[in-house]
Order: sequence, then structure tokens, then C-alpha cells
Amino acid sequence: MKAVALSRLLSHDLPRSRVLAILLVLTIAGLLLTPFIFPGAKALGVAAKIAVFILLVASYDLLLGYTGIVSFAHTMFFGLGAYGVAIASTRLGAGWLAVVLGLASALLLSLLLSLVIGLFSLRVRAIFFAMITLAVAAAFQTLASQLSDLTGGEDGLSFKVPEALTPGFHLTSWFDGRLITYYGIVMVVAISFLLLLRFVNSPFGRVLQAIRENDFRAEAIGYRTVVYRTWSNVLAAAFATLAGALLALWLRYNGPDTSLSFEIMLDILLIVVIGGMGTMYGAVLGSALFLIAQNYLQELLKLAGGAVSGVPVLSLVLSPDRWLLWLGVLFIVCVYYFPTGIVGRLRLRRV
Amino acid sequence: MSTLPTTIAAPAGVPEAKFDFVPLLLVAAVAFAALPFISASTWVTLTVAGLAMGMIVFIIASGLTLVFGLMDVLNFGHGVFIAFGAFIATTVLGAMSGYTAPGLGANLVAIFVAMLVAMAFAGAIGFLFERVIVRPVYGQHLKQILITMGGMIVGEELIKAIWGPQQIPLPLPEALRGAIVLGDAAIERYRLFAVVIGLAVLVALLYTLNRTKIGLLIRAGVQDREMVESLGYRIRALFVGVFVAGSALAGLGGVLWGLYLQSVVPQIGAQVTVLIFIVIIIGGLGSTLGCLVGALLVGLVANYTGFLVPKAALFSNIALMVAVLLWRPQGLYPVTNR
Repeated sequence: MKAVALSRLLSHDLPRSRVLAILLVLTIAGLLLTPFIFPGAKALGVAAKIAVFILLVASYDLLLGYTGIVSFAHTMFFGLGAYGVAIASTRLGAGWLAVVLGLASALLLSLLLSLVIGLFSLRVRAIFFAMITLAVAAAFQTLASQLSDLTGGEDGLSFKVPEALTPGFHLTSWFDGRLITYYGIVMVVAISFLLLLRFVNSPFGRVLQAIRENDFRAEAIGYRTVVYRTWSNVLAAAFATLAGALLALWLRYNGPDTSLSFEIMLDILLIVVIGGMGTMYGAVLGSALFLIAQNYLQELLKLAGGAVSGVPVLSLVLSPDRWLLWLGVLFIVCVYYFPTGIVGRLRLRRV
Repeated sequence: MSTLPTTIAAPAGVPEAKFDFVPLLLVAAVAFAALPFISASTWVTLTVAGLAMGMIVFIIASGLTLVFGLMDVLNFGHGVFIAFGAFIATTVLGAMSGYTAPGLGANLVAIFVAMLVAMAFAGAIGFLFERVIVRPVYGQHLKQILITMGGMIVGEELIKAIWGPQQIPLPLPEALRGAIVLGDAAIERYRLFAVVIGLAVLVALLYTLNRTKIGLLIRAGVQDREMVESLGYRIRALFVGVFVAGSALAGLGGVLWGLYLQSVVPQIGAQVTVLIFIVIIIGGLGSTLGCLVGALLVGLVANYTGFLVPKAALFSNIALMVAVLLWRPQGLYPVTNR
């Protein structure tokens, strides 16, 4: 009976690979137990960021992996959510009202923007949409740094969160506001992830996949592909906005570099491709691996760089600052040889 | 502008396509529409600046639009060639410091050497890029976007590894600094230089495309690839050539753009990518002439709004794109079979 309930919770989209299932359980357990196993603020910070990115990347996977459209404006919606909470909290003062109001207005704006972009440019080919979103995202980024009265410009905004989420608040002697925030984020991410899983396994999700495989045929069967694509875009934007709000609540700060920058867009792309396009679970594994690598691989590279410090070329490309170089190479290799990413590979092995 | 495609005499019996002058008139209209708001001397300065910027952007974007038109490949990594061009210019001009002291002749030698070296390197990198990154994913748009983006990341990181992540100044050689004063209008020398180089590239490009056999094949390939192949031409070899040439042009544009900004950062390619995408969308994907008109429009509008309403300057490009697409959804010069 328990297995049936679990399967239902996962919308019957099970990992379908023993290794994958074990890795997923490990990741989830890791996220839940981080505060107890790994001491220190850094580990908790990385774990919270992993949780936020799971939602962000999963929402992007809905777009890229399931619908087959490339958008470069996903950080724009991420940033909208973060700025929504940040601006509302600065203007209205700390409080739940500010958080809710900020998130609600950010969601509304995201919906409108994604609807307009979708209707405007999803009628034509994928490439066109990719270019338009790139341009719009760039414009939004400059807008955010220009409106410094509202957004704090390049410096960003530091703001106060509701009291229950501050480190000074103690539920019990050790369960403080930070942990409340952390578990709150994990919970919201878990619910949203299950929702996304439900979306992609619903008839709606099947239509999206049909559009990805052959939009002409999907249209011929009688589905209005523009409408479905636009819906996919709007849904992805909404979840990205939510992820942005969560990140802002965790950091108690938001600026262009933390939520809007193009680097984050690249990170999302890398995670989706490496984790596995069109597999929601790829977002979980990918985010965990990527962020751990981002935060700890650099130290490993430092060791490697130290070992070859005498060699002129090697020491340059192995320096810890160049870790993105290796991720880029990994990314290209992934697109060639493992188009379905880690998850796709693991599922293949089962057969 | 008399060297445009219409001047080719069509063989008897084939009706000559009517040339569409409206977009060209639009450029002039935009220029003159701005006149009432700005004093005449400032207008001259701004117009020259806009044309210079437009010409540089055209040089960069022409390769991209040709590659797209011919092979249906949209290279999101085009910015890498621009960045490499600009960085090679810093190295070459730095090494030739003896030539950048006052003296027009020596300065021009230095700049031309920098341009040639940048073009050669960017072309070589383009050749590799086509081989390693683009070739395996012909015909698969999604993968193309992803993989060229990956190529861009790697290229940018390589630049950081070679030249360092910091901003590098790229000062103009002495003779190209300063401005020429015509009446009340001050025209920066470098902008004139950029316009001249841009015109030279434009003429060379139009000549190649319209008056040579290779150009004929390229244009035919843009229109109907399979037909050209069935006539026995190796379109793939042609495409590699176009890709390399386009990359070399981007390298050249990178040198000019770097000198225009007078400093280079590794992200320079990614920054320009947005601009050139806007330009080729405005122009109509795949159209060379459209690319020119789009680039000029973007350059002019950016300079006018930069002067009149500085806050809005950053959105002028997007607004322009939206306006053009509302008027002609396929761009100014749509390529027929797409």
C-alpha cells in the first residue's frame, strides 16, 4: 500500500533505475539532514541554494526538456521573484505581509511578461524565441541596475525578513530562525517539485512532449501548439519567480549578481543538460552535483593547480578560477554523447 | 548605394525582382526625424557616430546572418570570435608600441597588422569551431543553440586563461585620437576611420556576393540549398568557407569594437551578441542587406536616444526591434523560403 501511495505522490513517474533511486534518496536525505550532519554556515548555505536551484532548474526543464523551447529569460523571472520580495520588504518593512505582497506582485508581473513574450514570439521558430528572450533578459538586467531608487542598482538590496525567519528567533534552544527558513524552503521546493512532476505527467505534459518531438504533427492532431507552448512558458516563469523569492528570503539580500546575471542562466543550462533534459529528476541530481562542485571543486582544482604550478599551460587552465572551462567542456560532451544527461544514462543501464 | 543587387542585368525573359527601397528610406527618415530635436552640429556628430557604430556592428553581424541563411545554423557562440579579435588587438598593438606613437602612416600600419592578425586567428578558430562544435549538430536547432552556447563558455574561459579576467585598456593610436572640426560639428577621427573600413568591407562583401561565382553559389544556397547541391556543387565546403570568413569578419569587427570602447573585457563577446541578434532579427534572418540596414538603424537610434533621453538608450534597441517586427514580422528583408 505504501508503494502505491509513493507512486501516486510521484505521479507514477518513478526513477526507473535502482542507482538513480538511491542517488535521489541520498540527495533528499542530505538536504533534510544537512543541519545535523554538516556543521557550519557554509554547508547550510550550499544546501539551501541546492534546494532553490532544484525548483529553478526543474521549472526550466519544463520549458527546455519537455516542450523543447530554449529561453534565455529564465533568470529574468527568477530575478523578478527575488526583487519582488526584496523591494516589498524594504518598502513596507519586515513582515509576512510584505513577503506575500511582494511575491504576489512579482508573480503577476511574471505571468504578464511571460504571456506577452510567449504570444509575441512563440508563434515562430525556436531560434527566434531564443534570441528574443536573450534580448529581453539583457534589457531587464540593465533596467534593474538603472532603477537604483527601487532596486538598489548594482549594490542590490539588503532587507529584513519576518521575525520568525531571523537567526535571533528561537523556537527551541537549537531550532532557530535560520533552520525554520531552511526547512520552509525545502518544503516549498518539495511541494512545487511534486506539482511540476504532476504537470509533466498529465495529459497536458504529454502534449508538450508531443510538441517537442514534432510540433507539426501535434498541430495536425488538433492541439493548438502556440497555446500549449505559451502555457508552458507561463508555468515555468511562475515557478522560477517562486524560486527567486525563496532565494531572496534565504539570503536576506538581492542584487543583480545573485539572481539576474547571465552566469546564472548559464548555470541553469549546464545543470539541465548535465542532469538530464526532459527528466524532472535530472534537476535534483544536477543541482546537487553542480552546486557542490561550484563550491568545493574549486578547492580540488586548487590542489591540482598547485601540483602542476611549474608547467606553464597546464597551470593556467587548471587554476581554480577556470573551473567553468571544464564545465563548459563537460557541457559540450554531454550534449553530444549523453543528450539525456545523468538520469537518462542511469535509466538506460537498467535495461 | 548604387552597387546593390538590382544592378545585375537579368537575362532576357526572367523578370527582374523589384528592389525594395523602403527600408533604406527608413534609415534616412530616422536620421532626419531626429534633426528637429537636435542642433545641426550635434546632429552631424551623432549621425557620424551612429553610422560608425552601425558599420562596426554590420561587420560583426554579417558573418552570423550569412551562416544562418546558408546553413540554417544560428551560432550563439559568434561572440567568441569578436572577443578573440579584440584581445588579439591588445596583444598586437601592445607589441607594436613603436608604431602607435604619433604619425598617421605608422599608426595605420599598426592597426592594419592588428586587423589582419585578428582576422587570421578568428578565422582559424572559426574553422575549428565549425569542425568540432557545429558540424555534428547540423539540422538540430535545439542542440545547436546549446552547444554553441557551450562553445561560447569555453572560449570565454580560454580568453580568461590566456589574457586574464581583468579589463585591458586598448588605447587608440595617437593619430586616430581627437576630432576633426567641421564648422561647429566635431567628428571623431576614429569614427570616420570605422566608417571607411566598414564601407570597404561592405563593398568587398557586395562585390563577392553579387559579382563572383562563389557569391552566386552562396546566394543560391541561401535560397535553395538542395537545388545547388543537386547541380553538383559541394555546399558543405562552401559553408565551411563562409563560416571561416564570417568568423574572420567578426574578428575584424572585434578589433574595431574594442578600439571603439577603448578597453576590452572577456565578456565583450556576450555583450555584443545581444546587439547583433537584434540587428539580424530586424534585418530578416539570413539577409546581408537587411543586416546592413538593421545595423545602421540600431547605431543611429542608439546614438540619438543616448543624447536625447539617456535613460531610455538601453531600451531603444528593443523598442526598435518590436516596432520593426510589428511592421514586418519577418524582418526588413525577409529571405523568401524561410
